[in-house]
Amino acid sequence: MSAGSGSRNTNTEPWGSFDDNLIQGGGSAVIDMENTDDTSGSSFEDMGEMHQRMKEEEEVAAEAAATEDDDGEFLGMKGLKGQLGRQVADEVIPEGQRSKQLIQVWQAGKRQASRAFNLYANIDILRPYFDVEPVQVRSRLIESLIPARMINFPQKIAGELYGPLMLVFTLVAILLHGMKTSGTVIREGTLMGTAIGTCFGYWLCVSSFIYFLSYLVNAQITMLQTLSLLGYGLFGHCVVLLVTYNIHFHFLFYVLWLVIGGLSTLRMVTAILSRTVGQTPRLLLCGTLSVLHMLFLLYLHFAYHRIVEGLLDSLEGPNLSPIQRVARDVPEVMLNTTMRSLGNMAKTR
Amino acid sequence: MAAADESSRPFAGLSDVSISGDIPVEGDISVPVGPSRRDDEFSTLDEPVKETILRDLRAVGNKFIHVLYPKRSSALLRDWDLWGPLLLCVTLALLLQGGAAKGDDQSGPQFAEVFVIIWFGSIIITLNSKLLGGTISFFQSLCVLGYCIMPLTVAMATCRIVLLVPNSLVSFVVRLVVVTASFGWSTFASTAFLADSQPPNRKALVVYPVFLFYFVIAWMILTFTPTQ
Repeated sequence: MSAGSGSRNTNTEPWGSFDDNLIQGGGSAVIDMENTDDTSGSSFEDMGEMHQRMKEEEEVAAEAAATEDDDGEFLGMKGLKGQLGRQVADEVIPEGQRSKQLIQVWQAGKRQASRAFNLYANIDILRPYFDVEPVQVRSRLIESLIPARMINFPQKIAGELYGPLMLVFTLVAILLHGMKTSGTVIREGTLMGTAIGTCFGYWLCVSSFIYFLSYLVNAQITMLQTLSLLGYGLFGHCVVLLVTYNIHFHFLFYVLWLVIGGLSTLRMVTAILSRTVGQTPRLLLCGTLSVLHMLFLLYLHFAYHRIVEGLLDSLEGPNLSPIQRVARDVPEVMLNTTMRSLGNMAKTR
Repeated sequence: MAAADESSRPFAGLSDVSISGDIPVEGDISVPVGPSRRDDEFSTLDEPVKETILRDLRAVGNKFIHVLYPKRSSALLRDWDLWGPLLLCVTLALLLQGGAAKGDDQSGPQFAEVFVIIWFGSIIITLNSKLLGGTISFFQSLCVLGYCIMPLTVAMATCRIVLLVPNSLVSFVVRLVVVTASFGWSTFASTAFLADSQPPNRKALVVYPVFLFYFVIAWMILTFTPTQ
């Protein structure tokens, strides 16, 4: 920190008064996220506050030095200030005072707006959680199906959001595929909306619920870690659904549900077990998580399974419920209905 | 004193250098003079509407050509505009309108659905690429993603024409080939523009959501069946 710029000798006390340089902070505080203990729970709010404070300090310093030849670039709109200001000036304010007043008004307004924008739309808060390499993402995807053995020592859970977010979107795409091939009819909504709502709802709500439970039983896990854990757990769901939406054997689905679903559940359960103390809390947390995780896969498969049109028409008739998703594919009836529909097609041809 | 003068004006000796006439010198020099300068600034407001529209259309058309032949150029990025993406999005949504599976209720994608998917998908991909450390700006990225929907729009128009023919298997195969080709083209074109702005080892992280986005759109196009 240079002693020359802006330092005044305020040495009025015999013991040497406080140094102004300490408060004004010419440098910036860089926080190395890699060395942060991963159970320290750097929440969004803390990051946001810190960023906001740093930005405000910068802005105050910049304003003190700001002159009237500020370029006025805001959200990529260059030069708007000059033209607009001159147009208004011509019409309203007398010649002598207009430029200074208008520029001040513009700068004040811009400061307000950019402050609000920076506070609410500051994506820099999320930047550390997207700091990954492709190799890391791939290894984490594979590890999400491999339960770790050690439960006596807290396992390291990666605190990133890129992988989980991409997995949720992939699940949405796979769900859309499943809904389309099953001919799902959604009356009171849209296909895309339902898919997005289901997947994001599951990810966010169940993560929050698990975090809430772990807060109650005092487990050492943060919200970011539950989001990340559950997000990576959806990898197993994606694989199972991708296979079983295209190959319709119930037996195959049940095997995959138990094996792959079970493995990813076990992985999440061991991660949480390693961070919880006490029999009852462990039972509560892990039981809830496994039940919700496995049931979600079951729901996704059976809710959007292929239906058989002839069977549906003969059973339901015209009185259909608002969201109509049926799964009825008993093999013998399917064969009969297929023959019937083929016969119908032959007749109409 | 003389030495100080000389050192303070090091280029004084060059003041009488003349430039030969055959070196082209370009540029604008504007000097604030008074009322006449204000007229020059408002000149784009005074020009006829036809000229403004034609200029914008020419810019949009130029960018379409850049998408058709995606070389590594910065034309799409330098002067971004959102007219082209809006045009393409509206065309695609109109073409996808009116597809229904069974019955007469809304089971095909509606106009609003397609619109929302395209714009929110683009916004999410842009945010993702910025969070991964991209150097491209928000609207530039929206511009690129929107313009690269063009092959898929062309594929949709082709599919609509092919669907007029009632033969189902051949038409399905043709549509599959066309949609797959245009999906590959869109993804390739957009990565040619977007991937350059990322750090080199993270290109795959940015390409994957783009791939997923165009895959969803291609899937909507492929499964479109018009009302009987």
